[in-house]
Amino acid sequence: MLEINAVSRSFGDFVALDNVSLHIQAGEFFTLLGPSGCGKTTLLRLIAGFDQADSGQILLDGKSLCALPPELRPVHTVFQSYALFPHMTVAENIAFPLRMAKMSKSEIAHRVAEVLDDVRLPDKANHCPDALSGGQKQRIAIARALVNRPRLLLLDEPLSALDAKLREQMQIELINLQKEVGITFVYVTHDQGEALALSHRIAVMNKGEISQIDEPSVLYSYPDNRFVADFIGQCNILDAKVVSSDAQKVSIAVAGLGELTATANPEITFNSGDSCALTLRPEKIRLAATLEAGSDEVLFSGKVHDMLYLGDVTVYIIELANGVLIEAMLANDAPGRTRLFDTGDAVQIAWRIDAGHLVP
Amino acid sequence: MVHNRPSKTLVSAGVLVYLFLYIPLAVVVIFSFNDSKLNAEWVGFTWKWYEKLIHNENILRAAGNSLIIAIISAAMATVLGTLAGLAIHRGRQKWLPALVLGPIAMPDILIGVSLLLMFILLNVSLGSVSIILAHVSFCIGFVALAVQSRLAGMDQSLIEAARDLGASPWQSFRLISLPLLMPGIIAGALMAFTLSIDDFVITFFTAGVGSSTLPLEIYSMVKIAVTPEVNAVSTLLMLVTLTLITVLSKISPTVLRQ
Repeated sequence: MLEINAVSRSFGDFVALDNVSLHIQAGEFFTLLGPSGCGKTTLLRLIAGFDQADSGQILLDGKSLCALPPELRPVHTVFQSYALFPHMTVAENIAFPLRMAKMSKSEIAHRVAEVLDDVRLPDKANHCPDALSGGQKQRIAIARALVNRPRLLLLDEPLSALDAKLREQMQIELINLQKEVGITFVYVTHDQGEALALSHRIAVMNKGEISQIDEPSVLYSYPDNRFVADFIGQCNILDAKVVSSDAQKVSIAVAGLGELTATANPEITFNSGDSCALTLRPEKIRLAATLEAGSDEVLFSGKVHDMLYLGDVTVYIIELANGVLIEAMLANDAPGRTRLFDTGDAVQIAWRIDAGHLVP
Repeated sequence: MVHNRPSKTLVSAGVLVYLFLYIPLAVVVIFSFNDSKLNAEWVGFTWKWYEKLIHNENILRAAGNSLIIAIISAAMATVLGTLAGLAIHRGRQKWLPALVLGPIAMPDILIGVSLLLMFILLNVSLGSVSIILAHVSFCIGFVALAVQSRLAGMDQSLIEAARDLGASPWQSFRLISLPLLMPGIIAGALMAFTLSIDDFVITFFTAGVGSSTLPLEIYSMVKIAVTPEVNAVSTLLMLVTLTLITVLSKISPTVLRQ
């Protein structure tokens, strides 16, 4: 439905977007994820029409948006600062896009009441935006952007100003709202947890380029490169060199750990001698005082170097014989027991060879 | 919490400064009600100087002139200054702020002399029109400053939100920017009005012979002696200015603070 074709945008010497292409399906909850300065907000502003691309095409339903000013695009934005008009009441704010579309007074009143019900704030119609809480402002901003049913809703870090509890609640509301209205959402965030929780698909961006586009579970388990592995969730990233490879398994040499076997992304060919990295999620590592390695496992001995007690889990940093540090995670599920090991304890770790994922 | 109390010397120095500033003003007000031709000793209360004032045609004419000039030049300066403030905020021309705000820093005497020379050169006859042109020229900067400081404090995404939701550039200006800028515009207009109504130096150079404003009239009366009548008219002028400043501070405390 929305096609971004080879779009580039520079500000002076700074390249904000470098030849970016992506396709977004109708009805999708699509997220642009990346650290600040990665170009995600620039891309959003190009779609909204607040800025012009230096080159490339943006097509909505097959028609180019590039020549249209923002007011003529069937695209609405929810701003990070909410951008509610302070001199208008909640109802007047929501009525604004309908007024601009020259809708009749009775139709406007009907639609405003309807959307206020949708966001569960029917009694706030005559309040001033300044009298609302952060979460309420957010819901009004979304109601205002949705009220005249745009083809596309753009959301620019809409939850970043809310506290953690409220954020989680709003995330659930957003998912339900998107299902209900069926409008395509394009969501911008730097929060990987939020992106994983909300999206159908995520485009991870870095330095003006797209690193990977995939479903959340694929991104998490099978990152295409070090940046994605590192940016999404916690990850051990071990530098390695390819020793030999066949169709399924790659033999690699990891500094300090010797020769290991790992599974690779089937779309990427690894030739012997190539540099690569083994990515290993902390929760996929077994950890105990003594372990018996299975036939498809690799096993190492070490000691607890540092640990972080997080309540539900404890993160242990294990120092192996050659000074290599590996992060492992254990659930604190035994009642009354806060942690299993202390700093300095001798432990063993093991992981299945298909737990480690190889990236270039 | 520990509150730092100002020292006693600082307080008394402050009190002295304010006494020095306000006692002369108080004296003018008090002696405007004094039943004596001399500003020397209090004799008794009277309204007679105000009565005389209402029958003094020169003063009435000058006051009327001043009022018309102040209203017209404030109106013109408000429109032009608002546009200038918007242009400065947009920031496309680097030299624009210096150009618009320059007259604020320029000495009045310099503005007065140069405008006089220009009017003579361009054959503009000196009178109400030349005074208005002069007042507009030095008021624009103040209005622009008030509007621009209001703009600087405004969330830029409000304008983008308006465009995003279907408003044309003109609609977003009329429905969003203008109402939000209104306190700054009104503050600028009131500032322009007060600056115009009590300007002496620039008006002195650009007034010519026929027309006179209240400050010029007061000056010509004072040439002979400071009469109680002058006290009375000064008191009234003070009252008008104070009222406007009060309104101004109610509308836009931030603008006044700058």
